[in-house]
Formats: sequence, C-alpha cells, structure tokens
Amino acid sequence: MSALEVARDALAVVLLLSGALLCLTAGLGLLRFPDVLTRMHAGTKPQVLGVLLIMVGAAIRLQGWSATWMLLLVAVFQMLTAPVSAHMVSRVAYRRRHVRRDRLLVDELHTGAGVGDRVYRGDEPADAPPEEPGAALRESRREGRREGRREDGAG
Amino acid sequence: MTVVYWAAYGMLGVGALLALVRLGLGPSLLDRVVATDTLLVIIAAGLAVHAGLERDPTVVPVLVVVSLLAFVGSVSVARYIGGMLLSSADDGQDVGLPEAAEERAARAGEEAR
Repeated sequence: MSALEVARDALAVVLLLSGALLCLTAGLGLLRFPDVLTRMHAGTKPQVLGVLLIMVGAAIRLQGWSATWMLLLVAVFQMLTAPVSAHMVSRVAYRRRHVRRDRLLVDELHTGAGVGDRVYRGDEPADAPPEEPGAALRESRREGRREGRREDGAG
Repeated sequence: MTVVYWAAYGMLGVGALLALVRLGLGPSLLDRVVATDTLLVIIAAGLAVHAGLERDPTVVPVLVVVSLLAFVGSVSVARYIGGMLLSSADDGQDVGLPEAAEERAARAGEEAR
C-alpha cells in the first residue's frame, strides 16, 4: 500500500465522515427548530452539501468509471431538484401560515391585514368544477360581497 | 477502520432517528414532508457510505432510485396541498380551518413578553 493510496483513503474517509456529520446536524435541526421554514433550512444541509461530500468520498473509494458517473448523476440530480421541492414546500407553508411571524426580521411576502391569504379546505383541486352548483354559487356571492366591503373600506 | 465505521453509521443513524421523531411529532403535514425528504437523503447517504467503505458498487443504482423517489414524493405532496388551496379573506378560520400551531405559539410568545 503506497503513500498515495493511504492519502486517498484518508481523504475519502474524511469526506464521508463530514457528510455523515451533516446528516446528524440535519436530524438535530429538524427536532429543535420551531417552524417549517427553519426546519427546512436544517433539512437541506445534507441534501446538497452532505450528498456532494459523500458522493465525492464514495467516488474516490470506488475507483470505477461506471460508479463515478452514476454518483455524479445523483449529485447533479440532487442539485437540480432540491431548490424545486424546497420552493414548493415553502410556498405552501407560507400560505398556510406555518410561519413564526414574530421571529421574522423581514417579511417581504406580508402585504398587510385583510388581503386574502389562500388556505386549503377540502381535498378537491382549486380548479375542479363544483360538485354542488348551488353551494358554489352562494360561496361566490359571499366572496363578491366580501370584496365589495373591502373596496368600501379602502375608499 | 472500525472506528470510521462506527462513527459514520452512528451519525447517520442518530440523524435518521431524529428525523423519524420529527416525522412522528411534526404538527403539520409540511413538517412531515420535510422530515421524509431528509430521511430519504440520509438513507441515500448511508447507502453511499456503505458503497464507499466496502468498495461495493452494486448499491449505486439504488442510490439513483432513492434520490429520484425523494424528489417525486415531496413535490407530489406539495402539489397536492397546493391543489387544496382555496381563497379565504383572512387566515382561513372563516372557512372552518383550525389555527396554525405556529400562529398560536407566536401569540403565546407575545403574551409572555
């Protein structure tokens, strides 16, 4: 076992251990943090940096081109998909108000009281046709009255 | 090398266990989505650590599948909740939703101050 191999193995082990440490911190953050956005902040640490470190470490240890390409594919895929899923989850979390607003310093999405947030109610998609047209009509009339009242308040 | 094994698998295992605790507790559906995502990433990391430490490239295709699965799962649940969104003039209690736990915690914090 030459000195080069020992150095390579040591580097790979350090990378694997630091990736595993990031996974541990993600678990701790998920348990300790107060709301969805901060938990997501903790949970995405191993999603990008941890997976990258572990993939590099495993590629150094495996030493085969096919395995290296596949690990590269996993790393690229993680970097492409992590922002997409985080964006979708955080958007829904903000709209459903799973946010500790008292702990925010800047809230750029908050547009003032009385401006309609969107929340979920049933399990139907928002653009589905109404199952009961009468109830849907009453609902839309109520919303129309509410919007009219809001315009009066603004004027 | 045994120390490396224990340290790596220990850290991954404790991280996965804490993510499972959040998955069980997690007051809202979105907390559970985040915890599931993290759990799948930790599983993928564990498979890669196994492949690296044992020099065993047979589990590498499984890694691709697991990372695909994590993305598809979290995006489809987020899309599902997004499809459930309807218009409400206020914080949703006018259409019969419970108050979000975070709002209650924020109010309790303000009162304590």
